[in-house]
Amino acid sequence: MNATERRIKVLLGKPGLDGHDQGAKVVARAMMDAGFEVIYTGLRQTPEQIARIALEEDVDVISLSSMAGSHIPFCRKLKPLLEEAGLTDKLWVIGGNLPAQDHQALRELGFKGIFPSGSKLDAITEYIRSNVK
Amino acid sequence: MNAPQKPELKKVINESGIEVKPLYTAADVEASGGMEMVGEPGQYPFTRGIHREMYRKQPWTMRQYAGFGNPADTNQRFKYLIANGQTGLNVAFDLPTQIGLDSDDPLAEGEIGRVGMSIDTLRDFEIAFDGIDLKKITVSLTINGAAAILIAMYLAMAEKRGYDIKELRGTAQNDILKEFIGRGTWIFPVEPSIRLVGDTIEYCAKEAPKYTPVSVCGYHIRESGATPAQEIAYAFCIAKAYADDAIRRGLPVDEFAGRLSYNFNIFGNIFEQVCKFRAGRGLWAKIMKEEYGAEKPGSMWLRMIAAGGGGGLTFEQPEVNIMRGAYYALISALSGTQTMALCSYDEAYTIPTEYSARISLRTMQLLIEEMGLTETVDPLAGSFYVETMTNEMRRKMEEIMAEVDAQGGIVKMVAEGTIQAKVSAQAYGMQRKIESGEFPKVGVNCYRNEQEEDHPVEFHPYNEDDARVQMESLQRIRAERDNAAVNAALSRLRTDAASGRNVMPALVEAVKAYASVGEMTRELVNVFGRYQEPIRF
Repeated sequence: MNATERRIKVLLGKPGLDGHDQGAKVVARAMMDAGFEVIYTGLRQTPEQIARIALEEDVDVISLSSMAGSHIPFCRKLKPLLEEAGLTDKLWVIGGNLPAQDHQALRELGFKGIFPSGSKLDAITEYIRSNVK
Repeated sequence: MNAPQKPELKKVINESGIEVKPLYTAADVEASGGMEMVGEPGQYPFTRGIHREMYRKQPWTMRQYAGFGNPADTNQRFKYLIANGQTGLNVAFDLPTQIGLDSDDPLAEGEIGRVGMSIDTLRDFEIAFDGIDLKKITVSLTINGAAAILIAMYLAMAEKRGYDIKELRGTAQNDILKEFIGRGTWIFPVEPSIRLVGDTIEYCAKEAPKYTPVSVCGYHIRESGATPAQEIAYAFCIAKAYADDAIRRGLPVDEFAGRLSYNFNIFGNIFEQVCKFRAGRGLWAKIMKEEYGAEKPGSMWLRMIAAGGGGGLTFEQPEVNIMRGAYYALISALSGTQTMALCSYDEAYTIPTEYSARISLRTMQLLIEEMGLTETVDPLAGSFYVETMTNEMRRKMEEIMAEVDAQGGIVKMVAEGTIQAKVSAQAYGMQRKIESGEFPKVGVNCYRNEQEEDHPVEFHPYNEDDARVQMESLQRIRAERDNAAVNAALSRLRTDAASGRNVMPALVEAVKAYASVGEMTRELVNVFGRYQEPIRF
C-alpha cells in the first residue's frame, strides 16, 4: 500500500439472528492482513444498526456475512436504509451460505460483490481493493 | 563408496500438535505411560468404554438433527425419521426460539421456521411430539440461551401426556458457555447464564432424576477453530464450571454428575479422533474421581454424542461428503459413543431434505447391520499406535486444562473473549493452510473438478407462509388462555429470578399457563440484563 493512499475502511456485519461467526471472523482477519481497517459489528445486527454504523464510521465498503438463510429478507430491508443514508456510492458486498439462485436477487438489491461458501479469502480482498472508488 | 542416503520422511504433526511416527512398537506405549489407563470396559478409568458390553447389548442411538417450519411440519419429519429406523430425536429450533423471541417479535421477521422449528408456547410442543412415544424415543433439545424455558416446557408437555417425570429420559443441550465461544445463541450475561444452567441441574436432580439437563459441547468450539485436544479440554473446563456451581448449591457430586453428558465432533484424522475419545474418557473419570470425589461409577462416565462433522464437509463436490460422512460414522462407532448423528452431505448448502437425512441414517445402519462395528467392544485397544496416541492426547488435554487454570479459568476467559480470539485465530490459520494447499482437502485444494458440475443438491424449501400461521396461532393462544394465571406466573418468575431462588418451578408454572417463550425471556432479561459481546481479535 502506498503511504499516501487512504486505507480502505470496511464494515463487516453479522445480519439478523444467525450466530455462525467463524467465517466472518476469518474474513475480518484476512481483510486486516490485506491492510484494510475493519469495523466488525459482532452478532445480531438489525438493518438500522448496519446503516447507522456504516454512516457514522464513513466506511468505503459495507459487507455482510450470512449463514442462516435470511439474506434476502434482510437485504430488502437494508437497501432503502442505505439509500436514505446516501451510501449508494459505497461498495456493498455479501458472503456466506448464498445459494446460486439468490445471486441475481442480491445483485438487484445492490450487492455487487457476492462471495458464497468456498470463496477464497484473497479473491474477496482483491475484489474489494479493485472495486472501491 | 558412500552409503546410499535414506530418503527423509516428511514430519507429520496432527491437528492437536502431536508428532505421528511412521511406526509404533511396545516401547512407544511404555514410553508414553504404558497401559495403566487402559483397564477394562465398564470399569474405572473407562478408557475402553463406559459399559462392559457396549454395542453388543445395544447399538448407539441414532439421532439426526431435525426441525423446520411449524411444529406440525416438524412432527411429520420426526415421524418420517422414526419410520426409517431412527431411534432418538434431536430437535432443531429456529433462531427466534433459540434466543427467546416470540414469532411476532419484529426481530424475528424473516427467520421464523428457517433453521429449525418455531416454538412459542406449550401448545407448540404438544403438536411437535404428538403421536411419539417419549419412553421409546428419547428427545434431545438443541437449545441453550432459552434452555431453562424449553426444559420446563418439555417436562410440562410430558407430564400432561401422563408420563412420570421421575422416570422421563431425555437431554437438553443447555451449554451456554460454548455459545459465547461459538454458535452465538446467548441471551443473558455470563454469570446469570451459568446460574440458569445450575438451576436446571439442581431442579432435574430433584424432580426429573433421569433427565440429562446439560450436554457440554466441545463440538462447536471445534467448529470455531479449536484442535481436537482443545475441544475436549475446553469442554471439560466448562463442565467443571457447571459442576462447581452445583456443588456451591450444596448438591453432592453423585446426585448430579451422572446426568451430565457431552457432545463432540468427529471430523478429521481417524486415529487422532478415536484416541481423542479414548483419552477423554479416562481423563474425565480421573477428574471426577480424584478432584470431585465421585464414588458412583455413573458420575465418572463420559456419556456422549459423537456426531456431526460439519466442519469437515465441503461446499465443493458435495456428493463426496457422503463418503466423508461414512468415515466420520466409522470414527464415531470406534470411539464408543452412546449416540451418533451425521451432518448430511448437503449441509454446506441447506438444512437436510428427507432424502439426504435418509442417506445419513442408512450410513449409520450399514455399520450396525453389515460392517461388524457392534460385535466387539473397543476393537482398536492394544494397538501400539492407538495406545500411545491415547496417552499422548490425554497428556495434551491435561496441559491445555492447566493453561486455562493458569489464565484465570474458563469463565473469565470466555467473558473476556480470549478463548474466542484464540480459536478464531486458529480458524484463520487453518483456512490459509487449506487455501495454500498445505492442509489437503479433496475437491478443494486437490482433485478439483476442471469445471464444477451442476451439484446434485436439492434445496429444502422455505415456506414463507409458516410465519403467518405461527403468529396467528400465538395470537389465538394469547386470547384464549387465562391471562391472570399467566401474569401471576410471570410475576413469580421475576421475583424468584431477582431473589436468587431456583427459577425452574416458576418457569414450569408459567409454561403450564401457556406463557410464551418471549414473555418468559423478557422477565428474565429485566432481572439479568443482556450479554454484551466482547469483540476481540
